Amino acid sequence: MKDRYDVVIIGAGIVGCLTARELAKYDLDILVLERNGDVGAATSAANSALIHAGYDPIPGTLKAELNVRGNAMWDRLSSELDISFRRTGDYVVAIGEDEIENLKILKRQGELNGVPGLELIDGETARARVPALNPETAAALYAPSAGIVDTFGAVIAAAENAVENGVSFAFETEFEDFIFDGNRIIGVKTPRGSIGCDWAINCAGLEADTVMHKAGARPDFRIRARRGEYCVIDPEYFTLDTVLFPVPSVKGKGVLVFTTTHGNTVVGPTSEWIDGKTDAAISAFGQAYLEENMRKLVPTIDLRRTIAVFAGLRASGNARCLNPAVDYVGDFIVEAAAEAAGLINCGGIESPGLTSAPAIAERIVRILREAGAALCERSDWNPIRKGRPVMRRLSDAEKQRLIKTDPRYGKIVCRCEMVTEGEIAAEIHAPIPARTYDALKRRTWLGTGRCQGGFDLTRVVEILARELGVPVSDIRKNEAGSEFVVAETKNWSGE
Amino acid sequence: MSERFIASDFDVVVIGAGPAGLAAAISAKENGAGSVLVIDRESEAGGILQQCVHNGFGLDTFKEDLPGPSYAQRYIDRAAAAGVAFLFNTMVTAVSRDRRVLTSNDRDGVREYRGKAIVFAMGCRERSRAQIRVPGTRPAGVYTAGTAQRWVNIDGFLPGRRFVILGSGDIGMIMARRLTLEGAKVECVVEINSYLSGLSRNLVQCLQDYDIPLLLRHTVTKIIGNKRVEAVEISAVDERWKPVAGSERAVPCDTLLLSVGLIPENELTRRVGIEMDPLIGGPVVDNRYATNLPGFFGAGNVVQVYDLVDSVSSAAEIAGRSAARYAAGTFAADCGSMPVHPGKNVRQVVPQRICPASLAEDPIALQLRVAKPLEGPVEFRVIGGDRILVRKRFPYARPGEMATVMIPKAAGSAFRETDEVRIDAVPLAEGIE
Repeated sequence: MKDRYDVVIIGAGIVGCLTARELAKYDLDILVLERNGDVGAATSAANSALIHAGYDPIPGTLKAELNVRGNAMWDRLSSELDISFRRTGDYVVAIGEDEIENLKILKRQGELNGVPGLELIDGETARARVPALNPETAAALYAPSAGIVDTFGAVIAAAENAVENGVSFAFETEFEDFIFDGNRIIGVKTPRGSIGCDWAINCAGLEADTVMHKAGARPDFRIRARRGEYCVIDPEYFTLDTVLFPVPSVKGKGVLVFTTTHGNTVVGPTSEWIDGKTDAAISAFGQAYLEENMRKLVPTIDLRRTIAVFAGLRASGNARCLNPAVDYVGDFIVEAAAEAAGLINCGGIESPGLTSAPAIAERIVRILREAGAALCERSDWNPIRKGRPVMRRLSDAEKQRLIKTDPRYGKIVCRCEMVTEGEIAAEIHAPIPARTYDALKRRTWLGTGRCQGGFDLTRVVEILARELGVPVSDIRKNEAGSEFVVAETKNWSGE
Repeated sequence: MSERFIASDFDVVVIGAGPAGLAAAISAKENGAGSVLVIDRESEAGGILQQCVHNGFGLDTFKEDLPGPSYAQRYIDRAAAAGVAFLFNTMVTAVSRDRRVLTSNDRDGVREYRGKAIVFAMGCRERSRAQIRVPGTRPAGVYTAGTAQRWVNIDGFLPGRRFVILGSGDIGMIMARRLTLEGAKVECVVEINSYLSGLSRNLVQCLQDYDIPLLLRHTVTKIIGNKRVEAVEISAVDERWKPVAGSERAVPCDTLLLSVGLIPENELTRRVGIEMDPLIGGPVVDNRYATNLPGFFGAGNVVQVYDLVDSVSSAAEIAGRSAARYAAGTFAADCGSMPVHPGKNVRQVVPQRICPASLAEDPIALQLRVAKPLEGPVEFRVIGGDRILVRKRFPYARPGEMATVMIPKAAGSAFRETDEVRIDAVPLAEGIE
């Protein structure tokens, strides 16, 4: 880490990483600050991984604009960065005739937002296309532009491409405060020292309000964490090849049933306001809620066939829509701070934040340019990032070729997900190195199958220790303090 | 057992070199199979026995009380003497209906082997936290008992200093003792049922002898701690497993071990399209351990989770013999088998089908588990139509302890007049019919 950069980005979630990647096109020295030990460790690691079509946000809001624009950007983005992404389309499902009116409202809203190809289909057609649907399905709104993406794959791909184009990342380095010259930001303070900068970009997710308040910006803006719990269903038992929404209510989009790019079916999320911003715990209440609500769409799923549960926190803000014609609270903030020169804030980036992220990054570049940043395009910028081999997706002949170059690609460490030692080692030595079990899990999907790490855990810990050249007792699940083993058996004295 | 160049075609291919795979392979050889290959993902044979350094193995088979690795070694030595071929550090990734076995390792890469008969002997895996959906955070320090056992006994690491163990399965109780001997503190073992799920002898030898409390009809209702487990919340539950409000208390600890059941490991079996027993999670087999797909046999915990390795070995020997006969073309594909249904008070029974014709050669062992504890004298009755064909009495029957009812060779004629049977467990206090 140097003591001066042109741009400091606060937060290495999907918005921070895509912004870093976008700004790397220009002749700028860029640093991304991240308090966690890895990119995408918070909200970006636990969400529905959907690229929303955009019929849901209220027309005229920033959410609506960035959702539809962002959605259209994912084809090119995913092909440049080698991200798993598929336009599956999605269905909003009306159960009973009463709900059909809501579908019509949604369709009109989507058309106003500019969502392409929306189609209202009758219950029979819907059930023909998705046989698992509730037999009482009366109609459905089909949105062909909706899709699914490997969210964490997108974060890591954007971050790696940024690194390959010269961006620096500082992990376990928490933003503490801004340094001002008058009302202009000239740097940031971290526990590892002060860093000078011309521009600071707040992509701090759940803490975006805290960060902007340090600069005196939007003192009334608050982010509250809204927890969403999910269940992952055993793919041997049930799979679905699309995304199903219930008719939305005032509480949000409801409990969905959707597939992931990895082929698992997921049920969720719940929606629960929590105290503080860290409690991503699984609750008995949440699990019961999922059980009750998912039956509405797919009555036959049995949640006892769950192989994993997880929870994520949405960064829900209270920003009023800037468009005076629209009465809506909870809009995205993507703006130059009025109160502090040199600061650009993103705030309240909840759903459809992932979908919108590329459009947010694009907008940040525009804001920087309008604010007077000198953006000179680099001739050597490389938009292409190549993913590393994923053995389970290769043909036998391709596998064989790879194993010839590195025999570790023949050694399967995670039985359920068929992840090899070669893939694990490649991630540990990648541009953004995986240094913990969770970091490997997010990158390779190891430990995410039926046995949930029952077979691989001890072996992966051993590989991490060997590849990183540290003792096994230093290997962590994620952050400091999450070490797996406490001592060697013959080398501690008890209590 | 050196790994020389290995041919691609075998009479019998066994998947898994644990106790089931070893016994099946030896038996296949002894029953005339010319060539037998055993494939395993580990670097040595013995399976999970290698990390079971405690004793209690072999009482039935050898009339000796052996540690796991010693029990395994006897079979490893016999397999070597019998000329069984082994392929280690190799994962089987798929099996086809025409008995091709696809493997992956770091020596040959992707390679295919063919067997005239295939024995599935992949064992079982532990149920995970997600399957019982324990609420709370997801910190480090939540491990299955088997993971902790591997760390302590194979790798030499202590996974924590202060433990709570959820579930009274055998591995959990054995780890309670093992961790105590390593100097760790085990606060308690928590069991949601009103009865033990493992063996009674482990309650005495692993918990009571070390003053480790067993809390029946309790469960962990929350995991607390962000980076590492800091405590677990324990609650009493009612008879329907619902936590009793107001009974919860936090028990400080740094590790929660899960011993909440084992599941037969059958991804390969399922994918090849073999008929499964949905309750047990294993393939439906007849008394010769033949599945519904010709040439495919199940051995050991793949079929059902056994209490004792001795029972695994003896069941696997039958599977190995059947595989050898199949490879030789002397296995009767259609043996006129009939279904065996679990009846009153019986949760499950293996085999699920029996061939009465087999009784000409051997008695048939029905292995079953009751659905609830029956603490008084119990009579198991094998019933065909309205006739009781076989009776067997036990002083008690518990879900945690498998009961075996032998159908004697002499009973053969009685089975000719029926085309299905069921087995009931009748408490004798209810009167003899």
